Amino acid sequence: MEILKESKTIRTGPVLFSHYTRGEGVKKAIQLSREDILLEVKESKLKGRGGAGFPAATKWMIAAAAQSDEKYIICNADEGEPGTFKDRVLLMEYPELIFEGMVIAGYTIGASKGIVYLRGEYEYMLASLEDYLYVMRQDNLLGKNILGKDDFNFDISIRLGSGAYVCGEETALIESLEGNRGEARNRPPYPANTGFNGNPTVVNNVETLASIPHILIKGGEWYSKRGTDKSTGSKLFSVSGDCEKPGVYELPWGTSISELLSMVGAENAKAVQVGGASGICIPKGQFNRKLGYEDLPTGGSIMVFGENRDMLAVLKNFMEFFTEESCGQCTPCRIGNVKLLEGVEMIEKGNYTFKYINTLKELGQTMQLASKCGLGQSSPNSFISILDNFKDEIFHSNRSNGRSNGRRKN
Amino acid sequence: METKEEVRTPVSQQPYTVDVTEEVDGIGSKVSIEINDKKISVPLGMTILEACRENQIHIPTLCHHPDLCIAGTCRICVVELEGMHTLQTACSFPITSPLKLHTSTPMVRKARRHIVDLLLSEHYGECYSCVRNNNCELQSLAKEYGVDQYTFGHVTEPTFERDNSSPSVVRDMSKCVMCKRCVRTCIDLQEVGVLEAIDRGDQTHISTFQEKPLADVICINCGQCINRCPTGALHANDPSDDIWNAIDDTQKHVIIQTAPSPRAAIGEMFGQEPGTSYTGELNTALRRVGFDKVFDTNFTADLTIMEEGTELLLRLYKALVEKDGSMALPQFTSCSPGWVKYLEHFYPEYIDNLSSAKSPQQMFGTLIKTFYAKESGIDPKDIVTVALMPCAAKKFECNRPEMNDSGYKDVDYGLTTRELGQMIREAGIHLPEMSQSHFDQPFGDASGAGLIFGATGGVMEAAIRTVAELVTGVKAEDLFDNARVTPVRGFEGIRYLEIPIADVGPVPEILKDLIPDFEWLKGAVLKVAVAHGTANAKKIMEDIKAGGKFSECHFIEFMACPGGCLGGGGQPIPTNEEIRNKRANAIYTEEESLPVRKSHENENVTTLYDKFLTEGPCGHLSHKLLHTHYTKRGKYIA
Ligand SMILES: Cc1cc2nc3c(=O)[nH]c(=O)nc-3n(C[C@H](O)[C@H](O)[C@H](O)COP(=O)(O)O)c2cc1C
Ligand code: SF4
Repeated sequence: MEILKESKTIRTGPVLFSHYTRGEGVKKAIQLSREDILLEVKESKLKGRGGAGFPAATKWMIAAAAQSDEKYIICNADEGEPGTFKDRVLLMEYPELIFEGMVIAGYTIGASKGIVYLRGEYEYMLASLEDYLYVMRQDNLLGKNILGKDDFNFDISIRLGSGAYVCGEETALIESLEGNRGEARNRPPYPANTGFNGNPTVVNNVETLASIPHILIKGGEWYSKRGTDKSTGSKLFSVSGDCEKPGVYELPWGTSISELLSMVGAENAKAVQVGGASGICIPKGQFNRKLGYEDLPTGGSIMVFGENRDMLAVLKNFMEFFTEESCGQCTPCRIGNVKLLEGVEMIEKGNYTFKYINTLKELGQTMQLASKCGLGQSSPNSFISILDNFKDEIFHSNRSNGRSNGRRKN
Repeated sequence: METKEEVRTPVSQQPYTVDVTEEVDGIGSKVSIEINDKKISVPLGMTILEACRENQIHIPTLCHHPDLCIAGTCRICVVELEGMHTLQTACSFPITSPLKLHTSTPMVRKARRHIVDLLLSEHYGECYSCVRNNNCELQSLAKEYGVDQYTFGHVTEPTFERDNSSPSVVRDMSKCVMCKRCVRTCIDLQEVGVLEAIDRGDQTHISTFQEKPLADVICINCGQCINRCPTGALHANDPSDDIWNAIDDTQKHVIIQTAPSPRAAIGEMFGQEPGTSYTGELNTALRRVGFDKVFDTNFTADLTIMEEGTELLLRLYKALVEKDGSMALPQFTSCSPGWVKYLEHFYPEYIDNLSSAKSPQQMFGTLIKTFYAKESGIDPKDIVTVALMPCAAKKFECNRPEMNDSGYKDVDYGLTTRELGQMIREAGIHLPEMSQSHFDQPFGDASGAGLIFGATGGVMEAAIRTVAELVTGVKAEDLFDNARVTPVRGFEGIRYLEIPIADVGPVPEILKDLIPDFEWLKGAVLKVAVAHGTANAKKIMEDIKAGGKFSECHFIEFMACPGGCLGGGGQPIPTNEEIRNKRANAIYTEEESLPVRKSHENENVTTLYDKFLTEGPCGHLSHKLLHTHYTKRGKYIA
């Protein structure tokens, strides 16, 4: 755990890692109407930072429009995607941004309760986060009639997750909070309508919420000028793997892979996995591609693989992860991932046919289309992209392709 | 969402209901959609699956079951929606805005085929050696999608040990497709909660508390999970090999008693539409199979009414007249062994409320090995008693250690409708072609009151006909239109009825020794209730615990299975509301055609009291042979 606490963050950045005075965001918010805040967030074009990239303003508007006595703001701090550790830095060093983002969200959609779903492994932060909430209550940044605003009540509680990757998926997270098995729900209905205990619920990633106070203070327009047209603002990237300077970087969207690689000291990389285990793997030839929703979206995980990495071993590792971490409820994901993993093992042993590998790629497409939640929908990404992008390495090494001769088996 | 209190299943599992009524299109309004380029208009909130089915467009399903909440997990029902980049499950997708969908595109067909291939890759066993051969939803899907090879391989060794610890339900998880229909049945439909998914990823499987064998957990043996299992992963513990052996053993006198509801359902196993009774044909077929005698369980159903009805009057008399505070009221029926075990586990503090009368099955077993053995001069040790039941729990019941009042195991085997159907088939008999014949003497054909035991509310109706007539002296036919006690009929989860007793008659001969007069009942209001499915039973029990309206009842009928016995865990598969309705119709129609429709008018019953149980209902011998006791089990497992 000690290593985890030490973050090698590059701590300066244009937005999240810039200066912020505690309480300013909430102060600003309560002077505005709910509609004004929604407009501001809409103008910022902020998209969810948890991976799916759903426009934050749209989600908030649905929840704001929903009729209910009870609504919830849930901060998704499950940070389970392999290679992601940027939420950890925000939680450790900028809790004020996250919590105030939640307060503002609550004010905007009319919720009075916020819940932080904190990754089980981050339990060591619990005490300090609770202390922080205590101070916020003292300062009336939480509690009743916040900062004197009549009838604006909001409080935050922290709940610990217990280790399943799928519980980061928003509906599985809600099931988990309700005390059920962490399994994704059918959608529609969406949480913004029917979420925690059946109430309208906004689930946002830590980083999404942490961006809110800055957007309110500096304006949506200011925020939207950063990054690219469809990917506004800046983004935290957790860079790990074969590089000299791993860490969390705040960069504008639109940065290319090669720019990022030179920044982190990994010019010799052979491959970059963008978006964690569920993301896609980019070969050297495509390093000019840009990070952003237009081309390479990511929740922030960037894994760098050096010249000596065995890409099949990398793939196997990912597939083992999904085989284990599928919640197990739906057929394509529960069994499909096993089949993909078996395919990798066949290649490893040289005991495969190209026909079957192609069948598995088609199966991967079915999984992308027919799985119930994002886990199964994205788990074939690395299978397909690694086998496509690293064909030469994987299939033309001295592994035999196991051509069969049609003789009787014994 | 409905009121929040009613949400007992995870919200994800709830069928989606539209909650925004303020929109222009409120509940009850229509949405125009296009299915396969055909324009249709459907009610707002209807699922894609429902819309397709209403328009005769076939969508395959596996995890979907009409009795259960929506799961959306098998993914076989995926369809393509224009404008959405992933496929959507028809079973779970509510239509709330105009949309265009396609049910058979290359993408859809390929996905479905993959899903079937994946399920087959993990499904152990071959169809020809499976109880569900020809009645398996996975097999049907494989056929529908033209599976002619195992694209993703096929397991050749069982992946799980079979759990055959329970006398009622066998679990063979190597055949499980993880549809969780059993889980939803056990948790939502029955509110027992023995089965759940455990572990994660490829290790996920359905199991019990601490993976204990089914016999060691709080399973009530209702077998409703079996009826909803799409494959052979769950089936009943089948005694038919032993029964064939007994039939083939010339030393053995093998007797079968047949319960009312299998007759109304067994035709389904021979390709017949649900809703026809094959009582007479079944009698002939059973003799052809080799049973030496065929008795009608309705006879002991009539006897149950005499015993249980008398017990009720005695309880009321002692409580109201003799002011005996120890009399437990309301009295609960005890003929559903699933319900009995449910109560023993979940409400053990109420076991005194259970009628001590045995179930008709067990009464018959005892009588056969005592009264009948003596009458016919056959040594009871050579008699083998088989009970044809719609029920899985009856197998557990006949194995209860206390069920040997005859000096032998009263009922040797409980056989389900499904298992008997298979035996008949094996004997080369096509049931619907059989001629009709009667039940054997000395018990003969029973009353209609016994027959309606097969439907929820039937025991109550039979009891009301007899008790009301005996107490008031007025014919049941004059008290109720054609003796139909309609308020206790039907499939409403809980029914409640008050019967005012305006006047009383003289005490009939058979009760003379027990109760001096009925004056104390004059002007009283008899309050009764009926519940089917243990989820409904739970509602009543919680109400009683809280001192609510049901605690003031005098008599309550409980059946563990939805629909009562006709929807029992041993009945032909599939089951759903429509099928249960048709079976009920078959029973009530047959009932009205019978000459005797009240238990106390069954002459063979009166003869039995004259010749054998001479002290009358609830007399000493009755108590020894026809009554029993229960066990406080509780729900905590060691
Ligand atoms: C398998 C899986 C795991 C996920 N894990 C996380 C996570 O750890 N943290 C997170 O913020 N979002 C995670 N998500 C995304 C959430 O479902 C959801 O989209 C997100 O919390 C919404 O917040 P945003 O709109 O602010 O991004 C995960 C999604 C999937 C499918
Ligand atoms: S895709 Fe995987 S994780 Fe998601 S619901 Fe299906 S089995 Fe569970």
